[in-house]
Amino acid sequence: MDFAASFALIAPELLLSAAGLALLLVGAWRGDKSARVVAIAAAAALFGAGVMLVPGLHFGTDGPATLAFGGLMKVDSFALFAKALIYLAAIGALVVAPAFFNSAAAGSERGMRAEYPVLILFAALGMSIMVSAHDFMTLYLGLELNSLAAYVLAAILRRDTRSGEAGLKYFVLGALASGILLYGMSLLYGFTGSTAFPAVRAGLTGEMGLGALFGLIFVLSGLAFKISAVPFHMWTPDVYEGAPTPVTAFFATAPKVAAVALTARVTFEVFGAQIAAWQQIVMFMALASIVFGALGAIGQENLKRLLAYSSINNVGFILLGLAVANQGGAAAMLVYLFIYVTMSLGCFVALLMLRDEDGALFETFADIRGLSVTQPLIAGALLVFMFSLAGIPPLLGFYAKFAVFQATVEAGLVAFGAIAIAASVIGAFYYIKFVKVMFFDQPAGVVTGKSGPAHWVLLGLTAAIVSPLGYLLTPSLTDLADKAAASLFFAV
Amino acid sequence: MEGLPILSLMMLVPLAGALACLFSGAAAARWIALGATLLAFVLGIALWSNYQIGGPQWQFTERAELFAGFNYALGIDGIALMLIMLSVFLMPVCILASWDSITKRVGEYMAAFLFMEVLMIGTFAAQDLFLFYIFFEAGLIPMYLIIGVWGGDNRIYASYKFFLYTLFGSVLMLIAMFWMVAEAGTSDIPTLMQYSFPAEAQTWLWLAFFASFAVKVPMWPLHTWLPDAHVQAPTAGSVILAGVLLKLGGYGFIRFSLPMFPEASAQFAWLVFTLSMIAVVYTSLVALVQSDMKKLIAYSSVAHMAIVTVGLFAFNVQGLEGAMIVMLSHGLVSAALFLCVGVIYDRLHTREIARYGGLAINMPYYALFFLLFTMASIGLPGTSGFVGEFLSLAGIYQTSSLVALICTTGIILGAAYMLYLYRRVAFGGQVNEDAAAMRDLSLREWVMMAPIAVAVLWMGVYPESFLAPMRADIAVLDARLAAAAPVGDAALAAGAPRAEAANALPEHSSAEEGAH
Repeated sequence: MDFAASFALIAPELLLSAAGLALLLVGAWRGDKSARVVAIAAAAALFGAGVMLVPGLHFGTDGPATLAFGGLMKVDSFALFAKALIYLAAIGALVVAPAFFNSAAAGSERGMRAEYPVLILFAALGMSIMVSAHDFMTLYLGLELNSLAAYVLAAILRRDTRSGEAGLKYFVLGALASGILLYGMSLLYGFTGSTAFPAVRAGLTGEMGLGALFGLIFVLSGLAFKISAVPFHMWTPDVYEGAPTPVTAFFATAPKVAAVALTARVTFEVFGAQIAAWQQIVMFMALASIVFGALGAIGQENLKRLLAYSSINNVGFILLGLAVANQGGAAAMLVYLFIYVTMSLGCFVALLMLRDEDGALFETFADIRGLSVTQPLIAGALLVFMFSLAGIPPLLGFYAKFAVFQATVEAGLVAFGAIAIAASVIGAFYYIKFVKVMFFDQPAGVVTGKSGPAHWVLLGLTAAIVSPLGYLLTPSLTDLADKAAASLFFAV
Repeated sequence: MEGLPILSLMMLVPLAGALACLFSGAAAARWIALGATLLAFVLGIALWSNYQIGGPQWQFTERAELFAGFNYALGIDGIALMLIMLSVFLMPVCILASWDSITKRVGEYMAAFLFMEVLMIGTFAAQDLFLFYIFFEAGLIPMYLIIGVWGGDNRIYASYKFFLYTLFGSVLMLIAMFWMVAEAGTSDIPTLMQYSFPAEAQTWLWLAFFASFAVKVPMWPLHTWLPDAHVQAPTAGSVILAGVLLKLGGYGFIRFSLPMFPEASAQFAWLVFTLSMIAVVYTSLVALVQSDMKKLIAYSSVAHMAIVTVGLFAFNVQGLEGAMIVMLSHGLVSAALFLCVGVIYDRLHTREIARYGGLAINMPYYALFFLLFTMASIGLPGTSGFVGEFLSLAGIYQTSSLVALICTTGIILGAAYMLYLYRRVAFGGQVNEDAAAMRDLSLREWVMMAPIAVAVLWMGVYPESFLAPMRADIAVLDARLAAAAPVGDAALAAGAPRAEAANALPEHSSAEEGAH
């Protein structure tokens, strides 16, 4: 085995682990004073790891040359695409954090803790391993590394009961999901005699036994927990609401990408010969997520809860691309993921910018009434994000839906697509309610605080991508997604 | 003019204006908006004067591969040209109509209208199916804001209803578009207009497109969003809604449903006829009992648009030409009527018909314009309404005399509710002192009304100016529809020719009678 080649393939992960360990030590010795430096170094490490992905992304990599450590990991274009998104989202979560933790929003524990960037780094590392997993062992390793970091992140405001509650809920339900996943993996191992993806795939050809089918369903259920697809979505609103807002922004973006990419890899590479067995399950999850995500959001007053349901709704559309079960669907799914991450990040940045003079965050609809008068720029950006999430052209969110629905119809699932798109109108209701509250209602009469340049830059950047200008990105985005999806199907 | 991308330029000017308006104060925004819309109108005149009648079917074409999945492709035929002209003609009027009545957030208001203009031009000029959809749907955003921010008391309900109705109608059309593009392998509209889809697929595709256009037109029973939206929208919003946005539905039928699915269109003609007949009679009766002026005109719009749909599905040249002229005429007349309501609403802040009366005494010029537009709405010969309705009904008579008969009652009922409205507002005694004290038209209002009045009379006296650019395109469409056209009940039965003229008198008697 050529270890040098393997190490070269996982260079971004090596950089992230080294940086994570080193910064952990810095944080331990220098205390929370060093938090700012640690955060900057962590963002730099993520950026450096991202730069390493560029050549592979640009030229596209697939085939046996992408296998590392004897097939434990697979660093193909698909993994690179997901990793690039994860790193970018993680950088976003780092950029918005200091202002939040240094303000009154953080309650009695003012000041960012040095653990925060380190935990983000480790979570990103875990996700990076997840999307490269080519063996159930690697998969579980990455998943748990990510999850354990995420549990702590949710509860990082130790004296805040809501944060603690979110962390505990996330942990209990996440552990349950991991258990289900492990049980499914053990069943699959029992029926096929291997944990490597190609070997399991080879063992699952032809008629599928009941035991193996149970294994498949358990694995899919465990993964559905992680992507918060209906019917395994119930933890999402509570965790999103309770966790500190920068952490929620992180949860809504990077882990979604990782879990969706992982699910796609498992369904296509492991269960690629059994598409009929999982396609209906994914179709059900997609439709149910779209409908329940939209219905659940309608009654919400809390903005973070609303965005949690919105993310469930969006996961439904992402799964739509997966349910198509072909290369076009996978490419559409990746396009959707990119646009979804941009929109979510933008939304949360805007929410983080809505605070009163002391810095306490506004979290309910009542707080943002008439925002277009008091903060026209933030309100304008939120307007763009909301119409984009609703999938109204000419905003980029429409292109995301365009891609998945086109893939659905091209694959012949016309009725399925028609039902899903009709259900998407329910979702439009609460997105336009957001706009209504900001633009039509009388101002609530609160003064909002100032935000730093980092927030403005991030908000402007995401809004520019989501605006019609983003359509100019679509040729290159589609090209990258096509390469990534092609590498996923290379083995087939 | 070869080489100058005039269509893109026409969209760029209002877009630049909109961005400028967003960042300027109230007074500046008004002038910027007026300047941008006037410039777009000048470009529109250049467009019309350079349009070659009898030239290639698609002119001013532009093409750029900017996006993945669809193209930036523009180009117009005569039908699109006329509707673009209608849009750019009404926009400066809209800006003038909101000059004094809009006082809060003027910059954003003007920007919303200018965005609206970009999208309307884009919708009519798009030559790519998905580009069309983007422009078509994007209009929801500015219109939602116009109704919601600057609308009346019940604006939130109206804006939600408008948004969700039209969105729900459109998404199914999007699915149908995906299917068509996957089947035909192109999203180019001119190619698709000549593509023959399998007949059984056409049924579904037609229904999906119908869901969208029937909401937009709007056809009974999907029309209920319209009175709400009209009543709550500010005057200029109503003008643009009635003047142009309703035409998107009619344009959709003539550009997509008819040429792309001719067999399905013939198959569903009965559905269109039934809904239109109900609409004509029912909404006219509803209009008769309205006490709110805007609501009355909104219901009359539904009735007029039903004449459009009937004419379109007559499957002959008169019907199609008539439908187009009704669309243009209704675009002008209903816009003008909403302006007339706006003029007195600005003075008295009520749309209650009963609050007015005897306006002909203190506002004679206003009453004159109002009378002209009332007559045009009724379809008096010499006004644009007559030409369109006559052609439409003549066209439908060849297909179904029953439909023609019932739709013609709409003209009579139209005369009833419009004259009744006019009598209550302009004639009679002056019942309220404040209404009696209202000033006559200001210079600004003259400038708004006079061009529309001229256009209405022009179209009524010499419709050839407007029919000529569209004639070739309608002939192409008619040829495409010929194979699928249903057999009309008014077709003459070709029997054996009579030996003698029908009025010839018997030989013998003529000799006897001649003796007298």
